[in-house]
Amino acid sequence: MSMQTGRNSISRRRFLAGSTAVAGALAMPRIAGAQAAAVRIGLIHPVSGFVAYNGQQGRLGAVMAIDEVNQAGGIRALGGAKLEALLGDSQSKVEVGVSEVEKMNEAGVAAYVGCFQSPVGIAATQAAAKYGTPFVIDVGASDALVSRGLTNVFRLKPGFGRCVDDAIATLGELNKAAGSPAKSVVLVHESGEFGTGTAKLLAGKLPSIGLEAKELIAHDNPTRNFDNVALKIRALRADIVMMSNYQNEYVLLAKTLLQQKVNVAAMFSVLGGGFNYKFVREQPDVAEFMLDHNHWFNPKSTKAQALKKAVEAKGGLFTFEVYLAYNAVMLIADALERAGSADKAKLTAALAASTWTPEIMPYGPTRFVNGQNQGGQGATLQALKGDIEVVRPEAFASAAAVFPRPKA
Amino acid sequence: MLSPDILLAGTINGLLTGAIYVLVAVGLTLIYGVLHIINFAHGSLLMLAMYAAFFLWRSTGIDPYLALPLVAAGGFALGYVLYRCVIGRLSRGKDENILLVTLGLAIVIENAALFFFGGDTRTVEVSWAAETVEVGPAFLPLAKLVSFAAALALCAALGLYIARSDTGKAIRAVARERQGARLVGIDVEATFAISYGIGIACLGAAACLLIPSFYVAPTSGHAFVLVAFTIVVLGGMGSFLGALVGGFVVGVTESLGGLLLGESLGQIGIPLIFILILLLRPAGLFGSRA
Repeated sequence: MSMQTGRNSISRRRFLAGSTAVAGALAMPRIAGAQAAAVRIGLIHPVSGFVAYNGQQGRLGAVMAIDEVNQAGGIRALGGAKLEALLGDSQSKVEVGVSEVEKMNEAGVAAYVGCFQSPVGIAATQAAAKYGTPFVIDVGASDALVSRGLTNVFRLKPGFGRCVDDAIATLGELNKAAGSPAKSVVLVHESGEFGTGTAKLLAGKLPSIGLEAKELIAHDNPTRNFDNVALKIRALRADIVMMSNYQNEYVLLAKTLLQQKVNVAAMFSVLGGGFNYKFVREQPDVAEFMLDHNHWFNPKSTKAQALKKAVEAKGGLFTFEVYLAYNAVMLIADALERAGSADKAKLTAALAASTWTPEIMPYGPTRFVNGQNQGGQGATLQALKGDIEVVRPEAFASAAAVFPRPKA
Repeated sequence: MLSPDILLAGTINGLLTGAIYVLVAVGLTLIYGVLHIINFAHGSLLMLAMYAAFFLWRSTGIDPYLALPLVAAGGFALGYVLYRCVIGRLSRGKDENILLVTLGLAIVIENAALFFFGGDTRTVEVSWAAETVEVGPAFLPLAKLVSFAAALALCAALGLYIARSDTGKAIRAVARERQGARLVGIDVEATFAISYGIGIACLGAAACLLIPSFYVAPTSGHAFVLVAFTIVVLGGMGSFLGALVGGFVVGVTESLGGLLLGESLGQIGIPLIFILILLLRPAGLFGSRA
């Protein structure tokens, strides 16, 4: 039976066959396009400027985490949606960090990770708050990051308040166990938010462990010469030097103190920017016996060791920026799975309710209070024979602490 | 109140640090004296020279002091080529264009260093770098003592070269009167390129003397370039003697300022000198002799 007769007529069978083929062809792109839309994560780090190395390390860790999530099939709750990294460079400048937030907002990011420097983080999180976009701080020591009532800000690692408390407790314990040879401290810090805030907190808490803060010495970034700081420390006859500064000044100060024969019971840093494998391996004589309370991976975690190997295979160093940024992305991935949506409000709620455990860190399950994770802790480290050992907390320790350091 | 011992040690430290500043400023003042422009790429080129000294040490084990002639010669060649191929051509004979070209060069060099070398801090570890010489209350780093002697020698050698050699005479002639120099047969463009090359060669020498006691990263030049500008203004633009005296004055001011006012506030001495000189003696201490 024909629908129509004549030369141009089409039989019902031919019509059905043809329409099926057309429908099939039209459906093809739809099936191909059924792949869930990628979830964009904005990574804002100072990959240029005076802390470029730290920023590049942070970016490395975050990108590795994104690759790992994607290779494992993406976000399952979103139909296997891939994570897509939007790379931003704050250039170590506050205003540039804020403009990166704006640009990435235009590009439709679901969440941000950043910013290494506290001042940049403070401004960038404020900018992200306007759009209700969650912002996970990977590195940023200032507690002002999470104490302004912004509900979109989350920090997995402990801030300098917690780190200072833990460091002070450890220092007091080490000094007491050695018969209290140290009585006084000089604090040398960079003059920004991180260094000044940490040094002031430390100075306020030192009397609680029987140590007197003799002087706080601030320096700029960059500083060309620490000879006079060494002179001052020698004149003050301090027993301990505590340092809070970024990589270049940290290393230069440590070298100068050794060169200027400043004999102290300990050089102890809190969140020391330069205390890493590179420093300890390249300058073992300078680093030997230096103590640092910092973010550190769990040396007993096989996943952490595997990640360390993967980073080293790329020619990089497994510094704290790498694994803190890695964890920040993994935290967002976990929240996306639980939210089942990339909607900003739902993702923020999922982050706030997170009970994720960062396996590679010496942390318990996540519990955010006003955006600050209560389950995180740092570790006290010591440079010993060209390597970095964990000396506290005891549960993760890989060596016994040497305190006071042997006299040169 | 600080003891006289500390102040004495601080003054000596300031002189030693000032010597490093002299080395950086000498090239800058030469370039200004002849080309009449401030070389904004000076800090970036210093950084590049420091990388050269670092990579030579790392790949061949050659001590930075022994690498000095090589890096200085490389600096001369780079400076000459940069002037001939980039600065001279793009400036089209206008001094204000040269300013912009050197600023552009600085941005390109710094970002290229970041791209190729990464943001990581590199240091040269040589056994003698940690050695000190005890002089009264001060422990003087051997590396800085060598830099001090080298700064004096370099200024003397450069002064003699400019005063006695034919090229030096041509440089002085071009610095005084370009048109006149051209009329008596001096190749002005070549003299510009040679002057720029010598300026960068000085940076090469400074880099080799600096790297054992400092570090190199893509932004390392920033730490010295503002100080070098201040020294050139203080000593008188184009004056070697001015750069020498200015470097030591700035070094001691910075050192004593740091001791008396604190490391951060003590830095105020450098911009203060800059402003005072501009107000009271715009030509600088030795500017009239330049």
